[in-house]
Amino acid sequence: MDLDSITVALRSFWTLWLMLLLVGIMAYAMWPGNRNKFDEAASIPLKDDGQEF
Amino acid sequence: MTSATLTPGAALGGQRSDEVRYYEDVIRLFTIAAVFWGVVGFAAGVFIALQLAFPALNLGLEWTSFGRLRPVHTSAVIFAFGGNVLFATSLYSVQRTCRQFLFGGEGLAKFVFWNYQIFIVLAALSYALGYTQGKEYAEPEWILDLYLTVIWVTYAIIFIGTVMTRRESHIYVANWFFLAFILTVAILHLGNNVNVPVSLFGMKSYTVVSGVQSAMVQWWYGHNAVGFFLTAGFLGIMYYFVPKRAERPVYSYRLSIVHFWTLIFLYIWAGPHHLHYTALPDWAQTLGMTFSIMLWMPSWGGMINGIMTLSGAWDKLRTDPVLRFLVTSVAFYGMSTFEGPLMSVKPVNALSHYTDWTVGHVHSGALGWVAFISFGAIYFLVPVLWKRQQLYSLRLVSYHFWTATIGIVLYITAMWVSGIMQGLMWRAYDNLGFLQYSFVETVAAMHPFYVIRAMGGVLFLTGALIMVYNLWRTAKGDIRIEKPYVTAPHKAAVGAA
Amino acid sequence: MAEEKKGLSHDTIERNTLLLIVLVLITVSIGGLVQIVPLFTIESTIEKVEGVRPYSPLELAGQDIYFREGCYNCHSQMIRPFRDEVERYGHYSLAAESMYDHPFQWGSKRTGPDLARVGGKYSNDWQVAHLVNPRAVVPESIMPGYSWMKDRPLKYADIADRMKTLRIVGVPYTDEQIASAKADLEAQKAPDGDTSALLKRYPKAVVANFTGNKAVTEMDALVAYLQVLGTMVDFTKYQSPKQLLQ
Repeated sequence: MDLDSITVALRSFWTLWLMLLLVGIMAYAMWPGNRNKFDEAASIPLKDDGQEF
Repeated sequence: MTSATLTPGAALGGQRSDEVRYYEDVIRLFTIAAVFWGVVGFAAGVFIALQLAFPALNLGLEWTSFGRLRPVHTSAVIFAFGGNVLFATSLYSVQRTCRQFLFGGEGLAKFVFWNYQIFIVLAALSYALGYTQGKEYAEPEWILDLYLTVIWVTYAIIFIGTVMTRRESHIYVANWFFLAFILTVAILHLGNNVNVPVSLFGMKSYTVVSGVQSAMVQWWYGHNAVGFFLTAGFLGIMYYFVPKRAERPVYSYRLSIVHFWTLIFLYIWAGPHHLHYTALPDWAQTLGMTFSIMLWMPSWGGMINGIMTLSGAWDKLRTDPVLRFLVTSVAFYGMSTFEGPLMSVKPVNALSHYTDWTVGHVHSGALGWVAFISFGAIYFLVPVLWKRQQLYSLRLVSYHFWTATIGIVLYITAMWVSGIMQGLMWRAYDNLGFLQYSFVETVAAMHPFYVIRAMGGVLFLTGALIMVYNLWRTAKGDIRIEKPYVTAPHKAAVGAA
Repeated sequence: MAEEKKGLSHDTIERNTLLLIVLVLITVSIGGLVQIVPLFTIESTIEKVEGVRPYSPLELAGQDIYFREGCYNCHSQMIRPFRDEVERYGHYSLAAESMYDHPFQWGSKRTGPDLARVGGKYSNDWQVAHLVNPRAVVPESIMPGYSWMKDRPLKYADIADRMKTLRIVGVPYTDEQIASAKADLEAQKAPDGDTSALLKRYPKAVVANFTGNKAVTEMDALVAYLQVLGTMVDFTKYQSPKQLLQ
């Protein structure tokens, strides 16, 4: 496989990746069932129960 | 979930095995270094700004000319100040969001700390002595690049190791941003510094790529140093410290997920907008412009997410100047990420490129976004790290805020005017169809704006010195007797105690 | 890749550090690869023009000084295809003209004027006087003075090594050029000597005792470099494909 064919392959790959990424991320982020999980994750910084060594 | 093997406390002195413990000594070191290099970098910036207004300040010495000191300024503020801020905040928040101490222990983190400081000093000295690769923001010669690679890989191991051994089931979104920043900066650094040294015993080397390819690689690096070092990394700070200081979760966690993936995907493409109308092929310029414009969306998504985190608690902006720093920084982020796509549009770029407009744009991002969010995070961290109830003085934080804000406004308005003016003067024709101005006439016209810009820099530096004093007194445990904000001093700073 | 989106939920990504790392790496790699790789393969990236040659040893030493002093911080070497720029500086820059610059010196800021075609625009004496004290020649200039450079002997013991290194990265220096590097460097500074061999190897090189010093100084090298900038291509024989803008 020479550089030219890699170039061509990459060029179609990035559009595909962009679409998959967008659809996947949007679907996941908007999925109603995930709400609780997000609330839980969002509260992580507010828990503070540690101490220095 | 926790076990004795995960907690060195058990091995050290038999504390309760489920107690979460953190390393903070090294965070204190990084914080001190960040403040120190910040002042050095701002001072260097003021000095070279004055050189442009008063060229006698080049002093006629080889080590003090603008050409050698400008990289000292850029490296000091980006890599020394920004870098230490990122180390401090990422290694602080990763422990707390993963409920886990640093992977590799404090020894490994201190290895990163000391070697990074040595790297900074060596890099600055090498610039002044004339050793440079001749590429903006990537000046260190090959041997220093190798040294930095070792440091960076160690940092990556610490960070990734901590995330992998976490005791929290989710990886909090701030850590995604830090992770993307660490990985991408590694790729950029390796990709942009492929050089062949002339001799193994000398500093001099030549880049493998040349001309147009060299330009593309350099601005792929240069733009993404902004995108990942100065944006993704500092967004990690935003996603941890804004919710923390506001004492409420981020506005929309969903939005933060979309923000993350779209930002890292789109940013990497935008580099060619630094090369509009050059000998770079048109298709690459067009790609760069397209993605730069698209980038406006995730950037503003992130801005909305940061600012709206305060919804329902807007009064805190009035009573907590630390939060004011954090939120104003996000507003500046929104402003520069609007200006950036605008300047990447080719006809606009035709005017703005090569002028001070670019310099002003960079500084609205660097001073308004990067430095302000850093100040906010540092003001948050110092009382926590030094185990103090509160900052020495919130009023001084407010003085710092206003001094610095006026400084930024002077800086960027001066650069807007001088940039647009010079761009227009270059292309102005007289009635007879000749170019109206010689180049040096346009240089002379810049003088008043260079003086105003330097004054803006002096104000910004003054603000930083106010901060140094405030932090010093805070670390000592002093509390200034002053009129409190509204009813009682804000209590967020004691969160960790 | 589609599998990852469908089969694995984002939840898995959020919980799996390595997967997150891999996805981030793929996502940030694509853009760079798609933009950079084709530049090495597509023929049209660099147009074919006559005249562009590797720098002579003295010019190369001068370019190294240009890097060292950070001239690129204030001077571009890239003329855009705009009417005003072409009238001010000369023909717009071609990719071929910087093909031997490791790294490129296109710059990003014009605190001072563009230098892509400064070669031959001013006399050698003007260049030396200007570098020594810019304000003696151009009163409004804000450029630093480089008086210390004028009499400082140039270090060129390793000039052949530098050329060999450049040959590794693609500059077509011949064995002959490398073997005669030192002699060529000195010949370019001695207008009274025999310079035919030098000019055969490096056409259009400007031969002069730039600073008037006996030894070759750093400023000799820098001026030799400045004087060749943009002069290699003969634009009377070049058909410009681009329409000027503005």
